[in-house]
Amino acid sequence: MLSSDVPEYNSQIEEDLVQTDLEDPVDSPDRIQPAIEFRDVHLSFDDNKILDGVSFLVRRGETKVILGRSGGGKSTTIRLILGLLKPDSGQILIDGEDITAYTEEEMARVRQKIGMVFQEGALFDSLSVYENVAYRLHEMRIDEDEVEREVRRMLQFVDLEDAIDMMPDELSGGMRRRVGIARALVGDPAIVLFDEPTAGLDPPTARTICELAIKLRDLQDVSSIFVTHEMNNVRYLSSEYATVSEEGQVIFEKEGEKLCLINTEVVMFRDGAIIFSGSDEKLRSSPDTYIQTFINGK
Amino acid sequence: MNPLAKFLFELQEISLLIWRSVVALFSRPRYAAETVRQMDLIGVGSLPIVLLTGFFTGGVLVLQTFPTLEYYSIQNEAGRSVATSLIRELGPVLSALMVSGRIGSAISAELGSMVVSQQIDAMRALGTDPVRKLVLPRLTALIVMLPLLTVAADIFGLIGGGVVASTLYNQDTNIFVNSVRNGISTADLVGGMIKPLFFGLIIGSVSCHKGLSTTGGTAGVGRSVTNAVVIASIWVIIFDFFLSKALQVMLDMGRI
Repeated sequence: MLSSDVPEYNSQIEEDLVQTDLEDPVDSPDRIQPAIEFRDVHLSFDDNKILDGVSFLVRRGETKVILGRSGGGKSTTIRLILGLLKPDSGQILIDGEDITAYTEEEMARVRQKIGMVFQEGALFDSLSVYENVAYRLHEMRIDEDEVEREVRRMLQFVDLEDAIDMMPDELSGGMRRRVGIARALVGDPAIVLFDEPTAGLDPPTARTICELAIKLRDLQDVSSIFVTHEMNNVRYLSSEYATVSEEGQVIFEKEGEKLCLINTEVVMFRDGAIIFSGSDEKLRSSPDTYIQTFINGK
Repeated sequence: MNPLAKFLFELQEISLLIWRSVVALFSRPRYAAETVRQMDLIGVGSLPIVLLTGFFTGGVLVLQTFPTLEYYSIQNEAGRSVATSLIRELGPVLSALMVSGRIGSAISAELGSMVVSQQIDAMRALGTDPVRKLVLPRLTALIVMLPLLTVAADIFGLIGGGVVASTLYNQDTNIFVNSVRNGISTADLVGGMIKPLFFGLIIGSVSCHKGLSTTGGTAGVGRSVTNAVVIASIWVIIFDFFLSKALQVMLDMGRI
């Protein structure tokens, strides 16, 4: 695909997705409204184009995996959703609310419904695991008993209850990410953004992080964006689902035998523009040489 | 960006940071516990170095001026000479420079590290305004504590001067104390307290701005710390001149 075709391709993706959404509502009319929507977003730093007419949407309960090489605009997309950056043009909508021109004070309200997992965890060094996870609740001046209950629930979710009194510098890389996830999930946000949460982790730990994202998607109906450049993550997220066994245990099953996953899609960035949007199967069968090089690593 | 444009841009950013802090001061939420913690770190933590600096500065002033005063047979005015120099000038400036080195570097390093490890982004993502949570308590603590540190430095400077006058030059302590009392006016005391208020604002705003605008990873943190200390110190010295002139006019200072 020529780079001049990219904006048209982006608008086509947007039209297709909106069309699909309108024709195929899932449960209720509320669910038609996307959790996140980008409309022709442009952003440049000096002469360097970071995002070039990006349009996509994330439905409720859907995980959008954003793939691409470093410097392709993936993390910038997440920062735009949180309002940490402002686009030069275009619109960004959260739950149908246009946040593009929101002030910092207005964004504070929107951020209440968004959880963010940073690349290295971004834990506050001077605070313990408990205080890190409880941060948002302490800011809201919630009663300490309730705070402790919520913190323990979140640490149980990421299987790190034993680390509650530890300091961030005592944690391994994987544990830091999991504490970061627990902190992001406090207050049960409807949207969770993962910014390369598995970067630099060993494969089993990376798998654990993906399982947490799958649990959020399938058991808690959370809409999420999962930024990554690792194909293993795409495979886990787009081919497995979480369910609860008869014994009450959370188990992970592969799609195919019982159901086919439709709540995970892949978006691929190249030089700040979307060059692919669709299922992982479509991604793997794409004839685009850039995509094939990315998938196969050669 | 040319140096003038860069300077104006930095000035604009620092002014905006101060303005946002002022706005945050008059609205909720407020972080009183964090402000008290910063006061402890900045005030109590800096006390030993400020007292040492004050004591030896007062001592060396007497050491250097006493022979000259003796030559003109006005050695009984040594206390006045030390008190005027310390309270009007050296106490506020030296305290500010010591605090700039100790606290300015610590603030810019802490905030810079938080920026490069995405902790500032995390804070904003969790709904907290970093200016309100990090900048305002540090600015408030500096503006409140620096005048108090200056008073402590002045007192220890006078004690240092008195010790040198009595031990090295055998001057009677009462003569030194009387000379100090005659030499200090209310305008000197007020002026000596006004200067550190501005110096605290300069050190806090420059350090916080440099820390929050850190780029380039850990190497960038080092650059921010160096810039914060150098710029804050230079601004303290430059501002001291203009402030002294303004106080001379407003408080009718500068007369013997």
